[in-house]
Amino acid sequence: MSSDNGRAVKQRSRNGVSAAAPAPAPAGGNVSARRSAGRMFTVVSWIVLVGFAALWIIPSLWAIKTSLTPNSVSAVGAGPILRNWNLTIDSYRTLLNGGNIWNWYLASVVTSVVTVALTILFASMTAYALSRLRFRGRHLVFLLMIAGIMVPAQVLIVPIFQELNAFGLLNTYWAVILPQVPAVIAVFVFKQFFDGLPQAFEESALIDGAGYWRIYWSIVMPMSRPVIGAMSIVTFVGVWNNLILPLFVLSNPNLMTIPVGLATVQGSYGQQLSDIQASSILGALPLVVLFLIFQKRIVEGVAGTGLKG
Amino acid sequence: MFVAPFGIFYLVFLIWPVVYMFITSLFDTSLVKHGFGPFAGFANYREMLTKPEFWSAMWHTIQFTLYTVPPLVVLAFVFAVLANRIGGRSEWLFRLAFFVPFILPSATIALIWSFIYTPSTGLWNSFQKLLGAADPAPVLGTPDLAMVGIAVTTVWWTIGFNFILYLAGLQDIPRELYEAAAVDGASQWQQIRSITIPLLSRTTTLVLLLQIIASLKIFDQVYLMTAGGPGISTQVVLGLVTTTAFTDYRVGAAAAASVLLFIVILAITVVRPLIERIQQRREA
Repeated sequence: MSSDNGRAVKQRSRNGVSAAAPAPAPAGGNVSARRSAGRMFTVVSWIVLVGFAALWIIPSLWAIKTSLTPNSVSAVGAGPILRNWNLTIDSYRTLLNGGNIWNWYLASVVTSVVTVALTILFASMTAYALSRLRFRGRHLVFLLMIAGIMVPAQVLIVPIFQELNAFGLLNTYWAVILPQVPAVIAVFVFKQFFDGLPQAFEESALIDGAGYWRIYWSIVMPMSRPVIGAMSIVTFVGVWNNLILPLFVLSNPNLMTIPVGLATVQGSYGQQLSDIQASSILGALPLVVLFLIFQKRIVEGVAGTGLKG
Repeated sequence: MFVAPFGIFYLVFLIWPVVYMFITSLFDTSLVKHGFGPFAGFANYREMLTKPEFWSAMWHTIQFTLYTVPPLVVLAFVFAVLANRIGGRSEWLFRLAFFVPFILPSATIALIWSFIYTPSTGLWNSFQKLLGAADPAPVLGTPDLAMVGIAVTTVWWTIGFNFILYLAGLQDIPRELYEAAAVDGASQWQQIRSITIPLLSRTTTLVLLLQIIASLKIFDQVYLMTAGGPGISTQVVLGLVTTTAFTDYRVGAAAAASVLLFIVILAITVVRPLIERIQQRREA
């Protein structure tokens, strides 16, 4: 793709240069008309985009407003919520003192962090082997990995449930962690990065007598920090937001992750709409904070992997 | 040695479940009894393929895909082109608006939108009343509207992903192309039509196929917002699979339904390298 673009650029820019030379002085009026048309386009772009952005922001603002309104007001309807501006953090106080949400946070943090650590470590090791070592069967491993990328994990929920049941792992954090470790896409992203790394360092280290483990751990991994960062965050968001797996393998309310906990909220709170909205915001808050801190990494990670849950 | 740890997880939690799914689909396996149970041959498949519930679930899955894919591709493209054109410092604002919903848990999304759709007191019905509708229908409670409601929620939730993919694609197009075209007198619209769209065709194929696959795997929003209702009017294949396995305890039948969905998704996944090869040949 990039080479094609490159060729196209060269051709076009050659045309561009030749066309640009006579343009400025004589065609002055024409240029300014074109420029104002361009400005028009920018103005219209702004209006359309800001309009859509507003449309996109409204639901979140509405949820925040509702969570800050007393339950008694939010039960009556949309109009009263909008008219009432005696904001209160009662809903948040109730939830944070209630205790359950802390268990959900704990479950989500433990499962996400452990899954990310295992995925990054194991996937990078496999990718390193595929990229650098010439072992027997590596083509088979590579083919198997490609096949794995096509498997939609959600469809496997029933056999995975049975497997975890057979291992006696249901209702443990491991039931959420283990099935999410083999993220094949991570192997590919790491392999692509490793393939692009210069091998000079490694070769001199080999001559100095360092083993492959040494090279992997103290040369390759430190150089991979940007990929490790992007992949960690993308994996973290994926595990944190996974609903279907924890929903069926965790039934103990004390072990529930945030998405499962939130799924049970709607029924149990009845008409307390402000509390419901407050809990949905508390469940999303860590990810919003993460996004604001690691904006670039998240975007790079998503664009780089092209992966969709 | 390097491959072993990942390999074990890979075999135990990806390859074996696939094999196991195919095996159990041939047996009358039950969740409450040990072992595979009696051999059933293709009876589970025959049952699924003749069962109205299965076809209705398959149709709802496809219906959801038809509702969500066009707006998620077209709108994402438009947003990305406009944001890229405006460019520079303001881009983060649109990233925030369009992309942040994508990283939120589906449970949060469902709670926000269920509340917006709440009959009579919710934001949407209140808005319709404001416009003069006497008795607006409850979105999630009306069979014809429920899937539209779920689709709108999904477009709001996931457009950020495609938006980012398009922005990444746009950044690969060199500025000189547009400058040259502008000097040659091409209008903004002509530039988009003859530079942006053709050069993004690879990205579009990727976005389109990823989107179709993602939409076919719909489960979360339906489970959380309507639980398949009203009646079974929004029941999708993955919903049918989980109900059959975890409510009716009929693992064999659920496995057969999973295999059928698996085959549909696999077929689309296999199409992708084919299309890419055709595009490569055309560009060469």
